[in-house]
Formats: sequence, C-alpha cells, structure tokens
Amino acid sequence: MLTNVLDHLSLSVERYGGRTAFSDSTGSVTYSELDRLSDALGSCVLRYVENRNSPVVVFIDRDIKSLIAFLGIVKSGNFYVPIDRQLPVGRISLIFETLRPRAAIVSEKDLKILDQIDLKCAAISYEDGIAADPDRGALASRRAMAIDTDPLYAIFTSGSTGVPKGVLVSHRSVIDLIENFAEVFGFDESCVFGNQAPFDFDVSVKDIYSTLKCGGRMHVIPKMFFSFPAKLITCLNEQNINTIIWATSALRIIENLNAFEKALPESLRTVMFSGEVMPNKVLNYWRGKLPKVTYVNLYGPTEITCNCLYYRVDRPYLDTDALPIGIPFRNTDILLLDGDRLVTEPETIGEICVRGTSLALGYYRNPEKTAAAFCQNPCNDCYPELIYRTGDLGKRDEDGLYYFLSRRDHQIKHMGHRIELGEIEVIINALDFIDAGCCIYDEKKEKIVLFYQSAAACEREIMKGAGKSLPKYMLPNRFVHMEKLPMTKNGKIDRVALKEEHL
Amino acid sequence: MKEQLMEILKELRPDVDFENEKALVTDGILDSFDIVSLVGELNAEFSISIGVDDLEPENFDTVEAMEALINDLSD
Repeated sequence: MLTNVLDHLSLSVERYGGRTAFSDSTGSVTYSELDRLSDALGSCVLRYVENRNSPVVVFIDRDIKSLIAFLGIVKSGNFYVPIDRQLPVGRISLIFETLRPRAAIVSEKDLKILDQIDLKCAAISYEDGIAADPDRGALASRRAMAIDTDPLYAIFTSGSTGVPKGVLVSHRSVIDLIENFAEVFGFDESCVFGNQAPFDFDVSVKDIYSTLKCGGRMHVIPKMFFSFPAKLITCLNEQNINTIIWATSALRIIENLNAFEKALPESLRTVMFSGEVMPNKVLNYWRGKLPKVTYVNLYGPTEITCNCLYYRVDRPYLDTDALPIGIPFRNTDILLLDGDRLVTEPETIGEICVRGTSLALGYYRNPEKTAAAFCQNPCNDCYPELIYRTGDLGKRDEDGLYYFLSRRDHQIKHMGHRIELGEIEVIINALDFIDAGCCIYDEKKEKIVLFYQSAAACEREIMKGAGKSLPKYMLPNRFVHMEKLPMTKNGKIDRVALKEEHL
Repeated sequence: MKEQLMEILKELRPDVDFENEKALVTDGILDSFDIVSLVGELNAEFSISIGVDDLEPENFDTVEAMEALINDLSD
C-alpha cells in the first residue's frame, strides 16, 4: 500500500536509479542522486525542526534545487511551503505570521528578505543542506511514523479579507491524483514533462509527482522562454518534451504571439491545461498546428488537489463554443448544489462541490475560512462527511458533461492567477490618502479596474503604496478617480452602476 | 513615434521607469503577459507585424531597441 509520495520515489530509484529525474537549463539529477541529496537535506532539516508535520519554507527558483529541497523536507517528516522570493516583503510577512515556520531553505540572497521579517526562523542554506551527513536511521524512523493523511505541502492563495490562505494538502490526496493521471492518460517512463508552472502553483504538483511515479523526466523550462517563443520551441524539441501540463494562460501566449508560425514542437503527444477557461479560439490554433496531439481540459481549485474533472477533447469546436470541463476523475464525486439542494436536472445551474479523498486538509491555521469552504455534505445527515464548496457555478448537460459558467463571488482569474478582488481592496483602502476604493474586473479587456475616491488623482502613489503588499499581478491596470463613488440604498459602493457606466 | 511608444509603455506598466531601465526583459521587469500585450498594441498602433523571429530579448530590453524594431518593420 502506498502511503507516502516517497514510496513512489523509492520505487523509481530501484527501477530507474541511473536515469535522469529532473533537469533544468544548468544541469540534471538522476533518481539515485535525488534520493541521496534529499536524504542529506532532510537530515539537516531534522537538526532544526524537532516536531513532525511542521511547515518548512522554500524560497523557490525555477531550478532542480527547489525540488531537492521539497523532497528533503518531506523526508524529515515535515511539509514544504514554496514561496516566490519576488513577492513583496509585506506579503511574505503575512504568510510567515500564518505559518510560524521553524525553518526556511534559502540561498544567500534570501537572507536579506528574512532580515526584514519580524518573525524569526532558522535559515538553512541549500548548499549546507545537501552537504550534510545523511542520518538514515533518523529518516527511516520519521518515515515509519508517517501516515497518508499527513500534510505534504501548503500553497498560498489570495484571501478576500486581505490575508493569503495556505491550502494544506496531504500525501493521500496527491497519491490519488497521480494514480488517476497515470491511469487515465497512460503516463509511463517514456514521459518527458515540460514544466511551465512555477512551484508555488499547484499545476506543478502534477509534473513533479507524475514524474516520480512513472520514472519519467521533468525538464524545468525557463520563465523567459514564454515571452520569446522561438527559444521555447527549440527547448521543447531539444529536450524531446512529449507531455505538457500548463496553465491555460501559457497556451494563450503561444496563440497570441503566433508562436508556431515558423517551427513546431515535434515530440508533443499530450497537452493538458487548467487554471482558467480555455477559449476555443486558442485551442483551435493549437489543434490546427498540432492535430495529432491529445488535448485535455482540466478543472479544479487547489483545495481539491489540482483537478477533479477532465475533458479529453474528442470533437471539433467552433471558436465561439464553450469547452466542457468534462467528467469527474475516479474516486471523486461532483455535486451541483443550489444552496443546500442537490441539482439533478440537466442544464440547471448549481455550485460545483466536491466529495472525496482529493479534499485538502483545510487552510493552515485558519479554522473560520476552513469551516466556511469545507463543510458537511448537506445531502447527508447520517454521518460526518465533508465536501468542498468551490464557489464556481456550473451545469451538467444531457450527456453528463460538466461546464463551468461563472463565479459566485468576487474571485477572478487574471494573467493565470487566482485573485480575490476583496484582497486588493483591503490593501488600497488601507492607504491613508484613499477615502474609498473598489475593484471591478473588466473581463473583455482583462484589466483590473480601480475606482477610487480621494482628494486628488494619485495613480502613482497607489501603485507605490499597494506594491509594498501586493504582487505585481494583483495591482490595478486601470484607475478611475472619482470625487464621489456611487452608493446603493444600503450604503454600499454601487458596483453595478460603476460597471454599467465605465466598462 | 517615441511619444506614442512611451504612452503605450506607461499605460502598460505605470510603475516602470522605461527611460532608464536598460534590461527590461533580461532583468525580468517585463514578463510574458507584458510582452504579449505590448506586441498586440505595437502591431495595432504602428501597423506592423512582429513575428516570431523578432521576438528576441534584445529587441525589448530598452526603449531604443523597441524603436529600432518598429522602424525596421515599418519599412
């Protein structure tokens, strides 16, 4: 019985020890080396973190060091939390306050970031970690104590109250996910995954653990190649990448730039995408250029461990058609709920809710938010059973295929990121020169529009002030200064009026 | 032409000092989403067609390089 993602690593080390597991633009690591280096790093973590199931932060780069650090932390019996060092220090501080981590795996340049954070934790340099003497006895005893509901990682996502939420995911959920992927999509040791998603995005979880399970290879593609597609295509061909599990936004970039104008990726067999709605216009561009490839639309929020529904594209679609999100993976159940009522009729809208092993453990140290989203199945009053309410509205057609329709709240998808508009508003309203502000997403132009009331127009000041707390992708793209924001009868900012008049 | 270009850039990223940054792409100041929007707007504004071969970091690292690219493609 597999109870830990390390079981997959052990099996692949036995079978494929000398083969490359991970590669990036500067080097590569075999399965055996990965095992050895993560043993060393894990042993080093043990010296700093006595408890089990505690958070250990990794300041990530797009390289294989981050992956070695992840596995080392798992070997120490703890869970890893990837953090992008480009985030504003204000945001990293908030994440640290939630986590209270005992240790962080850092490189030299991260010490400056840690200095600016009030909360202190041990800084373990990656180089020291992999140079440590492996204590295999201690690691084995940690492994023996582990159970499959122990956490594997936490990934932070935007929170509507201004504090990011750490979605905590267990080994069991990830094992369930990659079993499904391997089975449904026929992944095996011939798979070469081209990793696009940053490691603080759960899309990358599928690359990392599918690779370890199947004994394939994962190549980390440099971020810059996605702006300059000639390099990207050369990379895909040189590395013989045959499987890509990318954010929808990355596939859109290819279409927007007409990247397949001159050359094509020759080895691609499977193209999977998720994160936001895939426009058929983009998909048709790919299908036209690469007709033999299998395309799969994946759906799911990070709270149910990446994906709960999938659709293998099996017929032509017009540019204007909606692409289904398909059918549930095995061992996953989807409920459409209208309030607490189960929607059984086809073509009827309900909130997409999920039941199964894939459910995350909850939001780390945030019982209120956890209870609001992970709640008792209203259709079951006989025993405790959790479902996750996604906040996405969807429907099922006559053939049993699901479709995504819209959001129930103010969450948006913008440049591939999941953002709560409320979080941006909290930060902007906290600026002392702002009387009131409200964000609306202009879906057509893909811009976050800020309507704000203040003594004078102050775009630059807002950018500067908010940039201390918000990552770049959450900053407004358009600013509308108003002497007075329109109000509803109930004294709330009238979003409907703003939308009608300005968008 | 420079004024139009600066206007597009300012609108795209009000937080960036385009006059003085000399490694906009190499230093990661402009990301792939910026490049996609920028290419779309430059194509429309200057009636040019920026192709795959023109999409090289050197052509976008400075305002001068972008000007040169637009000039090349306008001929």
